[in-house]
Amino acid sequence: MSSQTKLLTMKGISKSFGKAVVALDDVQFELEAGEIHALLGENGAGKSTLIKVLTGVEERDKGEVELEGKKIYPKSTNEAQQVGISTVYQEVNLCPNLSVAENIYIGRAPRTKMGAIDWNAMAKNAQELLEKFDLKLDVNKSLDNYSVAVQQMVAIARASDIQAKVLILDEPTSSLSKVEVDKLFDIMKRLRSEGMGIIFVTHFLDQVYEVTDRITVLRNGHYVGTYKTSDLPRVELVSKMIGKDYAVLNQTLQKGQSDKEKTKTGDVFVSMKNVTHQGSINNMDLSIAKGEVLGLSGLLGSGRSETARVLFGIDQVTGGELEINGEKVHLSHPLDAIRKDLAFCPENRKTEGIIGDLSIRDNIALALQAKKGLFKKISKKEAQKIADEYIKKLEIKTPDADQLIKNLSGGNQQKVILARWLATEPELLMLDEPTRGIDIGTKAEIQKIVIDLAAEGMAVLFISSELDEELRCCRRIVVLKDMEKAGEVTGEDVNEAAVMHIMAGGND
Amino acid sequence: MKSKLSKLSQNQAFWPVMIFLAIILFNTIMTGGEFLKITIVDGHFYGRIIDIFRNGGKLMILAAGMTMVLATGGTDISVGSVMAISGAIACSVIKGNLLPGLNGSVAMAIILAVCAGILCGLWNGFLVSKIKIQPIVATMILLVAGRGIAQLITNGKIITITSDAYYFINGGYILGLPFPLYIVIFLVGLLLIFVTKTAFGLFLESIGCNPLASKFAGIKVDIYLLAIYTISGAFASVAGLIESAGIKGADCNNAGLNIELDAILAVAIGGTNLMGGRFSIFSSVIGALIVQSITTTVLALGVPAAYIRVLKAVLIIVICLSQSSKFKLSLGKMLAGKRKEAAAV
Amino acid sequence: MKDLKKLRIKNVSLTMTIALFLVMFIFGSVRYEHFLSLSTFLNLFNDNAYLMIAGIGITFVLITGGIDISISSTIAFTGVFMAYCLQHGVPSYVVIPVALIIGIVVGAVQGSLIHYFKLQPFIVTLAGQFLMRGLCVVISEASIPITDPFFKFMAMGRIQIRLGDSKALNGRIYYYVLIFALVLAVALFVLKKTAFGRAVYAIGGSEQSAELMGLNVARTKIGAYIISSFCAALAGVVFSFYTLAGYGLQNMGMELDAISSAVIGGTLLTGGVGSVFGTAVGAMIQGIIQTIVTYENLNTWWTKVTIAGLLCFFIVVQRIIAVRAEALKGKAAAAA
Repeated sequence: MSSQTKLLTMKGISKSFGKAVVALDDVQFELEAGEIHALLGENGAGKSTLIKVLTGVEERDKGEVELEGKKIYPKSTNEAQQVGISTVYQEVNLCPNLSVAENIYIGRAPRTKMGAIDWNAMAKNAQELLEKFDLKLDVNKSLDNYSVAVQQMVAIARASDIQAKVLILDEPTSSLSKVEVDKLFDIMKRLRSEGMGIIFVTHFLDQVYEVTDRITVLRNGHYVGTYKTSDLPRVELVSKMIGKDYAVLNQTLQKGQSDKEKTKTGDVFVSMKNVTHQGSINNMDLSIAKGEVLGLSGLLGSGRSETARVLFGIDQVTGGELEINGEKVHLSHPLDAIRKDLAFCPENRKTEGIIGDLSIRDNIALALQAKKGLFKKISKKEAQKIADEYIKKLEIKTPDADQLIKNLSGGNQQKVILARWLATEPELLMLDEPTRGIDIGTKAEIQKIVIDLAAEGMAVLFISSELDEELRCCRRIVVLKDMEKAGEVTGEDVNEAAVMHIMAGGND
Repeated sequence: MKSKLSKLSQNQAFWPVMIFLAIILFNTIMTGGEFLKITIVDGHFYGRIIDIFRNGGKLMILAAGMTMVLATGGTDISVGSVMAISGAIACSVIKGNLLPGLNGSVAMAIILAVCAGILCGLWNGFLVSKIKIQPIVATMILLVAGRGIAQLITNGKIITITSDAYYFINGGYILGLPFPLYIVIFLVGLLLIFVTKTAFGLFLESIGCNPLASKFAGIKVDIYLLAIYTISGAFASVAGLIESAGIKGADCNNAGLNIELDAILAVAIGGTNLMGGRFSIFSSVIGALIVQSITTTVLALGVPAAYIRVLKAVLIIVICLSQSSKFKLSLGKMLAGKRKEAAAV
Repeated sequence: MKDLKKLRIKNVSLTMTIALFLVMFIFGSVRYEHFLSLSTFLNLFNDNAYLMIAGIGITFVLITGGIDISISSTIAFTGVFMAYCLQHGVPSYVVIPVALIIGIVVGAVQGSLIHYFKLQPFIVTLAGQFLMRGLCVVISEASIPITDPFFKFMAMGRIQIRLGDSKALNGRIYYYVLIFALVLAVALFVLKKTAFGRAVYAIGGSEQSAELMGLNVARTKIGAYIISSFCAALAGVVFSFYTLAGYGLQNMGMELDAISSAVIGGTLLTGGVGSVFGTAVGAMIQGIIQTIVTYENLNTWWTKVTIAGLLCFFIVVQRIIAVRAEALKGKAAAAA
């Protein structure tokens, strides 16, 4: 940290959505010039809302934001960019149909004397900028020619090149390989030395300790504190994020460990033999037994969700064989999979899971109805009975089953989706990031439900980017890398180091 | 009692029915009771109200089909052209210009016309569900080409036919009531039974809200899309038969012209969200009656027909705005702002 | 990676379109006497200038991923409006600018409804279509002839082009075709060389990204609808030059022709890809279909049916290319 000048201060920020949901309550945040500042918290802590307030995506209800001593009130990302705040998001927010150079310079392209866009100068500038990032691309090619990781680097190049004083990196590393992350860190450090203030949001604690100067922790929309990274031990950081002291935390973890022991592995239910779906998974060998919780681990894009999609008939097998209960099958639609007693809670709850404008009852009955077919209608009474049963069983917090699912909180929505699938009485339940964006309490509940289901003899495929969670629930974890199975750990070997080792890829 | 009433007013059909009654009341007052008068001649009921039901028959049928299309977030603007095709085929067959081997059989003419409608619907459905063309473009292809096809069937001429059996479709009476009303009751009733007694309604709403999630929940979205466009096409062909029986011939230039707007308006008035999702076929049918009675009323007031179309276009936008949450939000903000200003003063 | 580039939708469509044009022209030349001539070629411009202008306008909206089915009514309305005003003694130098301003207002209202209130483009422009058709009839049910000297001058004024003594090498271009040329040049410049034009493509690629990259989405989207309606109004002016009359039922269903021109010329209905040059070529293909139908002495409805068929064909081809490109990309990614 070169100069200790306050670049950005946020004070007393509050934001609520509707009456019920308080996303931020009197939160403060401070950023100095030439500093990398980690913004941490569990899902739902309010990190993303705070960033949205700062970048003008959401309007704050209360509070002040000062940039270099001047009060600012950005109402759009454009305004935020103009005062010097630029952002890189977890999902690449660029236009795939435009060229690489244009994606970097759109909105501020170099002009000729006549005022027209100067494509040659733009290409040249882009080339030079990207060279700083060690990227050698054909900048005139459209962006969709390149991998997600490259696209993310282009986004970072864009953000850093805008006359930015504050650079926000919102989980930019989830799609990057180790090498690329290192490159990113070099760039971050260089930008820091140039006096830029960087806000870094991530859920990889290693990265926090590797690159940040200070840490601000949020929890449930409240400000917990700001600490110097070097002064804050890792365990303490975790306990601050979760809001339980370490001893308690350790206990819950222990309990999870023992719960897991309840599951017993039975006969193989599903097996993939050398299965390929062009462009998403290659030569996958995988089997899941009844009564087992199988973890599927790997980085984003490693083929985790893609494997589940193939198993559920969303993507078709283009090579290899799929067997269910020892019988060769061909699944061409999710319905085929459902009729074979498979169930799948997809990763994107909002776009692939919930039917927002329908009631909880209809949402729960939907898959069962599809399984039964068009003509065997589930009467309203039956549907109500099923819905009531699961509302009670899964402790879904709602006054009644008539509520629209879109009005529920994320965790409760997830439970409704879970109920939808449990109602079909599946033999294999596939869960893709079932606890993402869900508060810690509900998270533990869902984990417990999963283990209980397996103990009753259900096969479960558990996909999560949070390794802790998989370690807690699974006795066997398959690790994927680059769309292929990279390895597998079982029993005693199920621990963080072993999985990480395979994930990082010992061979290369 | 009160709760019963409030529950009733929550029903999607409540406001459409109220509006319809209000229009009838308005007309009754305007005409000094003339409007409600029903006379019986030869055992047939005659009167303005009866006319609305008879003339609104086509629209009620179209609105029923259109409701489901709109519920999935799509649209079908080809219904007018399908009506023209259906009329053209039926009249050409009866006249013997087309397939003279059938000897002008009215039954065969009707069957062929409906088959053509089904084919048109299948084509639309195929473009939307399999080729994934936006519904507006997919159905616009048939909107334009369909009228051309109808022209090609009739060789560009207006066909007039003489067939009492065929006239009966529009002008006939059973038990004193006009025949089109029975067609409406039969088709809409069949559809309502299908929608309520099977899971079809639930699936459609689900597809309309979130097609991707619906697929993931095991609903074969493509097949249902194909089905609803087919139903819409089939219904349009029946409407085309009623219209062509009404004018006792086939006029490919004017048959069903602009009726797609009326159908969409009817569905909008019925309270179905045009963005897709929840729908009520019954409400749309009432909506169709409202559109028909507005037309009748405005014409009776001596307003030229051209203004009616302008009025309907504005009405659609107003109804859409009232359904738009964005609009409600900004309207609410504006009102709140005004109130604050007033308070400050 | 190379295969991927070869399959770029733009290139395939445009090459295919130009090839198709040539094939049809050759077909006509072989089949009919007198077809192969400069005047046949130039008449494609003379007869379709209004369609090309309208097509260029709608291309902007299509690139943003929207749709505008109100343009034929805008053309008819400006025609009737101008004819009516001229008939009542308003001078042409007032009438034409007012007609163009009406176009801008129509576009601004439709665009605002679509952008700010998130109404579906097809509903809004469908309502707009009916509104303006209705207004046409409100003004006049019958066709109103135009006798204004300036309009007459524009209708008759032409440039003779002689490339040789043979009759086939003679032809003429009407002045109003120059309006089309100007529109095309401006549109090419705007789309390629201005921030607004690039934002149009960006929104078509991903509206959310465009918003997050700090582009002014509202201005761009509404701007695209304004351009579409403005071009339609201008097409209305040109169409009045062409027909010297204003008639409310003119050009029914011409949206499909304009959209077909764009799609045949390589514009993707899903947005993000398209070129106004392609649209112009697409419109010329329709012109040639029209010419062939006339030469064959067929019912004019054949034109409509053929164009609809062609539109279907091109959309299907686009789909197939898109699906294959996706698959190839997957393969490329797997290989990487």
